[in-house]
Amino acid sequence: MTVERIYIFKRFERFWHWAQAALIIFLMLTGFEVHGAYTLFGFEQATSLHTIGAWSLVTLWVFAIFWHFTTGEWQQYIPTLKKVDAMFKYYLTGIFTRAPHPFRQTTVRKHNPLQRLAYLFFWLVISPVIWVTGWLYLFYAQWGAWGLDGILSLQWVAFFHALGAFMVLIFFIAHVYLATAGHTPLSHIKAMITGWEEVE
Amino acid sequence: MRLPLIHLSASGWFVMLAVLAAFATSVPVLATTTADHSKFKQLQEDFESGPEVTKACLGCHTEAAKQIHKTKHWTWEVLNPNFEQKLGKKNVLNNFCVAAPSNYAFCTTCHVGYGWKDDTFDFTSEVNVDCLVCHDTTGSYAKAPGRAGHPQYEPVESPPGSGKFRKPIDLTRIAQKVGKTSRDTCGACHFFGGGGDGVKHGDMDSSLAVPDEDLDVHMDALGNDFTCTTCHKGSGHDVAGSRYAPTAMDRGEPIMRGKPKDKNRNPATCHACHGQRPHSAAQAKLNDHTRKIACQTCHIPKLARGGVATKTSWDWSQAGQLSPEGQPILKKDDHGHVIYNSKKGAFTVAENIDPEYVWFNGRVKYTLVGDKVEKGAEITWINRFEGGPADGESRIWPVKVFHSVQPYDPVNKSLVVPHLAGNDDTAYWKNFDWQKAVTVGMASIGAPFSGKVDFIETKMAWPVTHMIAPKEKALACDECHSKNGRLEGIEGVYLPSRDGNRLLDLAGWSIALIALIAVIVHAGLRIATRKK
Repeated sequence: MTVERIYIFKRFERFWHWAQAALIIFLMLTGFEVHGAYTLFGFEQATSLHTIGAWSLVTLWVFAIFWHFTTGEWQQYIPTLKKVDAMFKYYLTGIFTRAPHPFRQTTVRKHNPLQRLAYLFFWLVISPVIWVTGWLYLFYAQWGAWGLDGILSLQWVAFFHALGAFMVLIFFIAHVYLATAGHTPLSHIKAMITGWEEVE
Repeated sequence: MRLPLIHLSASGWFVMLAVLAAFATSVPVLATTTADHSKFKQLQEDFESGPEVTKACLGCHTEAAKQIHKTKHWTWEVLNPNFEQKLGKKNVLNNFCVAAPSNYAFCTTCHVGYGWKDDTFDFTSEVNVDCLVCHDTTGSYAKAPGRAGHPQYEPVESPPGSGKFRKPIDLTRIAQKVGKTSRDTCGACHFFGGGGDGVKHGDMDSSLAVPDEDLDVHMDALGNDFTCTTCHKGSGHDVAGSRYAPTAMDRGEPIMRGKPKDKNRNPATCHACHGQRPHSAAQAKLNDHTRKIACQTCHIPKLARGGVATKTSWDWSQAGQLSPEGQPILKKDDHGHVIYNSKKGAFTVAENIDPEYVWFNGRVKYTLVGDKVEKGAEITWINRFEGGPADGESRIWPVKVFHSVQPYDPVNKSLVVPHLAGNDDTAYWKNFDWQKAVTVGMASIGAPFSGKVDFIETKMAWPVTHMIAPKEKALACDECHSKNGRLEGIEGVYLPSRDGNRLLDLAGWSIALIALIAVIVHAGLRIATRKK
């Protein structure tokens, strides 16, 4: 079996990924504290850190969205059902019998079909839920001026914000684990750091 | 507990302080006034009574008494604008000394007049207006209890038979030094409501005569040095602000001088100066709270913070116990606070206590004599603060809730007016006989009384709005944003950290845990199968 090295993740992409990872972990940590799950920073501190984290992520996203459009990298998330069943089968059995990975990464198709679906779900479902409810939360004082009083209740805004947060947490657990399911346990992670992925 | 001696305890200090401050900065003490009353020939007299002084005052201030006559300070009568109830001290009941009628000579120690001892008092009399109780600057003016609002005019042997005499007050000197009202003059009555220092309110007591910044940022004697009328600003002797119809939610911006739209606004609200977004941009999130939370809720962290205890409960049913020798009993706790007095019953007092919190829209409904009360599981509210999360007019307010067990008529199911004070054979404090006391008390207002006296549990709410702490000492977020925090019992508002959807939390954490277990098992299997 030959191992080939290909350059998959460009410098900005790597920076974006790790900065986003750090911010999301930080937002989960402070967010669940605001939600009342535990006491770490204290409510006041947790709230203001969560707000700072949120605006930082917004800023990062502005750049990331710009980057995706200008580079055409957004096409990486176009969904496909092709080989999804093969991916499932691989994670359920093949990975234990050292069967070959059903997907071969290239620079134009760097995500496997399951990843595509998962990331698309993240961008199109989880993120909007989080951002829309998060902004409503932040601009609670303006509800009246925006004519939203009586339409919205903080209770439901908070409900959907927490729902989004739980989805992020579950995504996070699966994502971190599956990062070890590459050619070798560390190959994906190395690629995300250096940009170079080893493929069989 | 002592009788409410109207006595300006802290004023001596205050005057000294003022003199020192004036001395230090070389500013004349009278810099803010154009008239030195000690030079007025009308005041060069040996005044022998309060009304004589008033007569002299009215010689120049021709309209003053007429103005006073219109105020609740004089009439003790207020129409509750919301429930068409007749309120004011003349009509309401409380759960301290209960009611003024039949006890006027005693209660009117705090009336801005002279001579209101019974129904014969002439409310149109101008000379019976007491100018000095509000305008004294010497700190030596005091109305003596039981004299229907008159001060002590002649030497009084005290204690009787001791040969020591308490000197009468010097009316001429006091009259020649009149000036603006002060924390001391307002406090002479308002600090001592309920029969003693700090008893009634919890946010008003003699510690506010010369408060430091920690106790009250606005009244801080060495700082902002507000007097009561800096906020309770009125004109024509009508003082702004009311606990019968408080302004629970003011949506206005700071009041601007001369603006017609601000004419009828209550100047004694926080918003009247601070507007709707009082916190700096760095703390903008705090401004989101002003729609639902009264400023006082966060900025008055504790009640009775000035070192003076406030009464928290009163049990009249315990009154009347006498010593084996048949003498009244007085018991004090370790701090010297009276906790039992045969005349009044058993008390509890406390300092530095958390207020309670209620949704409040400014409407207060009173339980008056004749309103049906039921002894039972539900404690009777003497004054019910109305409001709720959904009416759009309410905010969450701090209140002091005072609990009592007080006499009532179990047959007519009505609270009663007891005749407590008086040197006669029916007053409770002299005879310890409820039957007689309530018979006379109820007769004084022409209310029916069955002849039976029982005791009923009551509670009464007092709005908390004084003793504003510096911002650094305001409530921290997690005092409310936490489980079992201060607003635990407040419904209808979503408090992050206190609230959440239990089903969502259960599902969210469960699925996350299952995902975690699944990846651990998966990883374990991968490790176990690796070496094959």
